[in-house]
Amino acid sequence: MVIGLAHYLTLAAILFTIGVAGIILNHKNIIVILMSVELILLAVNINLVAFSTHAGDLTGQVFALLILTVAAAEAAIGLAVLVAYYRNRGSIAVDDINALKG
Amino acid sequence: MYDLIVFLPLIGFLIAGLFGRQIGARACELVTTGLLGVSALLSWVAFFSVALGHDEQALIVPVANWLTSGKLVVTWALRIDMLTAVMLVVVGTVSFVVHLYSIGYMAEDPGRPRFFAFLSLFTFAMLMLVTADNLVQMFFGWEGVGLASYLLIGFWYERPSANAAAIKAFVVNRVGDFGFALGIFLVYALTGSVGLEQIFAAAPGIAGKTIHLWGFDGDALTIVCLLLFMGAMGKSAQFLLHTWLPDAMEGPTPVSALIHAATMVTAGVFMVARLSPLFDLAPVALAVVTIVGATTAFFAATVGLVQNDIKRVIAYSTCSQLGYMFVGLGVGGYSLGIFHLFTHAFFKALLFLGAGSVITAMHHEQDMRAMGGLRAELPFTFWMMVIGTLALTGVGIPFTSIGFAGYVSKDAIIEASYASQGFGATYAFVCVTLAAGLTSFYSWRLVFMTFFGKRGDWAASPPTHDDGHGRDADAHAADSHGDHGHHAAHESPPVMLVPLAVLALGATIAGVAFRYWFIGGGFEGFWKHALFVGADNKILEEMEHVPALVSFLPTLMMLIGLAVAYYMYMVDRAAPKALANANPALYRFLLNKWYFDELYDFLFVRPAFRIGRALWKGGDGAIIDGLGPDGISARVLDVTRNVVRLQSGYIYHYAFAMLIGVAAFATWYLFGGIR
Amino acid sequence: MQAEAVFFWIFSAVLVGSGLAVITARNPVHSVLFLILAFVNAAGLFLLMGAEFLAMILVVVYVGAVAVLFLFVVMLLDVDFAELKQGFVRYLPIGAVIAVFVAGELGYVALGWNSSPEPAAAAAPVGGLTNTVALGRVLYTHYFYFFQAAGMILLTAMVGAIVLTLRHKPGVKRQNVAAQVARTPATTVELRKVPSRAGL
Repeated sequence: MVIGLAHYLTLAAILFTIGVAGIILNHKNIIVILMSVELILLAVNINLVAFSTHAGDLTGQVFALLILTVAAAEAAIGLAVLVAYYRNRGSIAVDDINALKG
Repeated sequence: MYDLIVFLPLIGFLIAGLFGRQIGARACELVTTGLLGVSALLSWVAFFSVALGHDEQALIVPVANWLTSGKLVVTWALRIDMLTAVMLVVVGTVSFVVHLYSIGYMAEDPGRPRFFAFLSLFTFAMLMLVTADNLVQMFFGWEGVGLASYLLIGFWYERPSANAAAIKAFVVNRVGDFGFALGIFLVYALTGSVGLEQIFAAAPGIAGKTIHLWGFDGDALTIVCLLLFMGAMGKSAQFLLHTWLPDAMEGPTPVSALIHAATMVTAGVFMVARLSPLFDLAPVALAVVTIVGATTAFFAATVGLVQNDIKRVIAYSTCSQLGYMFVGLGVGGYSLGIFHLFTHAFFKALLFLGAGSVITAMHHEQDMRAMGGLRAELPFTFWMMVIGTLALTGVGIPFTSIGFAGYVSKDAIIEASYASQGFGATYAFVCVTLAAGLTSFYSWRLVFMTFFGKRGDWAASPPTHDDGHGRDADAHAADSHGDHGHHAAHESPPVMLVPLAVLALGATIAGVAFRYWFIGGGFEGFWKHALFVGADNKILEEMEHVPALVSFLPTLMMLIGLAVAYYMYMVDRAAPKALANANPALYRFLLNKWYFDELYDFLFVRPAFRIGRALWKGGDGAIIDGLGPDGISARVLDVTRNVVRLQSGYIYHYAFAMLIGVAAFATWYLFGGIR
Repeated sequence: MQAEAVFFWIFSAVLVGSGLAVITARNPVHSVLFLILAFVNAAGLFLLMGAEFLAMILVVVYVGAVAVLFLFVVMLLDVDFAELKQGFVRYLPIGAVIAVFVAGELGYVALGWNSSPEPAAAAAPVGGLTNTVALGRVLYTHYFYFFQAAGMILLTAMVGAIVLTLRHKPGVKRQNVAAQVARTPATTVELRKVPSRAGL
């Protein structure tokens, strides 16, 4: 069968959904949340590249490249924050991070 | 000169009011009394100059412009005609005499500068009232005297009863003023002006016109006059709006003498006389005036029969005599009313100041049951009070016009009420004749109880719930007189006795000296055009031709009253108590002033308080505050309390929120939003 | 074409499976490893679509740097993951609901797309250029500012990460470059006359 645009879009949608579900289900686990965010970004990238290929325009791939950059930066900072938090608290149980409670 | 008469008291008020503390009490007394003395002297000069002059029209002395709004033009101007001159004399003389008296009476009071300032303020307002050239200026004076009355009744403001009495006076006056204001509006609507000249000129044109007002048709002038008379009812304490006058005795006695005997309460009488061009063309209104006046005369006299506070008796007497004045006005004899006003000012002020002398001698005891036998201790005061009583009860030589002041003026009114053919005149005649007898009784009762017998003769009088609580006693708590009344009373200082003498002179000869000019043959030459006399109004002539019995009747009633009083209070001292015990219900009915205070409390005061409380708690508190500041702040707190729960501090909650937000946005754009 | 389809299905299946494994694995190291597997399969998909540069970058950056970083952190922190797995079941319903919702919407959009049935086949090199060269031609000219901005973002991230996590341990020898450079012979070199065969 011919793999068309729709297939890639559907795949990206499923992956996106998995990422969202991951955030909801693993709300206590910051690391898994970050990984779920990476999955979401990956789904977006797939989407962009699929459109780029379908439309024959390289803009999509450029965009995907930039997203990649940002995702990497965000993962680095997120983990750095987590490490700093761990050093101060001794655990990453996010149940305890309600010091900013209003 | 007229400017000086009116404005010197104002200067006195300003000096004593603004600089009283700096210049000291004695200086205040002297300044205000001195200025008033000049004003009084000039008022007598004015009186004679206007009386002997030949100006047919009133003299208008412009002072300043006040306001001009469209067609409405109101100025400050003094209208000087004979009526004004008579009132100037009354106000000026009595006010000066009271100022002089107060120097002695208030000698120990720390609030003297305030007192004299208020007295002068009152005088100024009263003078503005009587010299007003337009209704709005008269209303200014009207309100001014009301204000001064409030300030002076509540002079001893630490007393809650005084404050309550002051408020009561002001509020009841307000009811009347409401009618007065409506009357002024209606006059303006009918004539296009509030100036007296213009109104008088337009009056004949309006007579007989009907206007549609508040859903019904009525004769225009009648409605106007009734509304204006409503103001007079309030100010002059006529029946139904009388409740404030007895309570006004909370004020110092000089205040009672000046305001609630001679001047302020006579403002209503003056106003009706001043507006005689209007009233004379509205016979229905005049009938109402007559009936109300007659009822007041009778009603007040009945209540005065049983009062135990010396000032209250005189207060009810004032109320009754004001009724007489209105009867005189109502039957068309405007000069009769004014003449009685003139003479009444003298003898009533005399009675009040004399009572003040007694009260001071008794160390501020006002209850007559604690008095007795003061004749020996206060001889001068005794004779002054006797002269006042002779004048009030109307003692004179029958079938002549010679007698004390009240004899001349009061009997003229009784004769006129007999002679009049107007509606209600017969009713008035009956009322005033009976009232004459009652007046004689209670006046002599006062004299006998106070000056004859022994101290403590009346202490065993029927104990009742009455309202003579000896108020003045509170102001002098420093006096360590535990059992008052058992010390020898001493006569008052000369500064208090000279005014009594001056007033006694007036009370004696004012009737005889001025009768010819006021109500006799010299009417035309004296009044000129100050009082309007309609073509059909021949009352002054008719009253000269009443039957002899009718002219003797008042003297007869006076003698009967004197005899009964003599019997009950000199011969058989147990009679009053026995009579009271035999008719307890009637006694209580009279003692409690026909239960009018209770009635008004039930009908007006309590509902007013209820409405006020409902509007305050419900309207203002619950609705306006609830929907406004309080409500908004409470809602803000509610909302924040709930919103705060969103800020849990948990990151995953925030992540959830973001996700849900994204889902929502996507849904919105998908099915709505941008297309 | 058949081969392409086959590979597509294989890559997709493994991608989705490993995605599910990432979010449900009990051991966090397993989660990271499954993430790596997902990235690799995604790279494969990119290759199928003809974006070979992007595929390689995915492997180098995502797998080689980001995933490894994840692994480092997971190993570094002594975390009780059992405790963190609490609440999984409690939130399952709402998680499922939102997931289905999102998936439904995305599907609705994707499948309702009025797209031409052209295959998203591997595009032949455009104009004879490889994907990389073509990408370079576009990136460094039209999208130059974005490129620079991306660089700034990376710089910021680097600085941020260092700022957050740097700890000055006492007793660690460090260089003071300024002092080194400001050294003068007078302070460092001492000239001694040493007779021959005598030693210091």
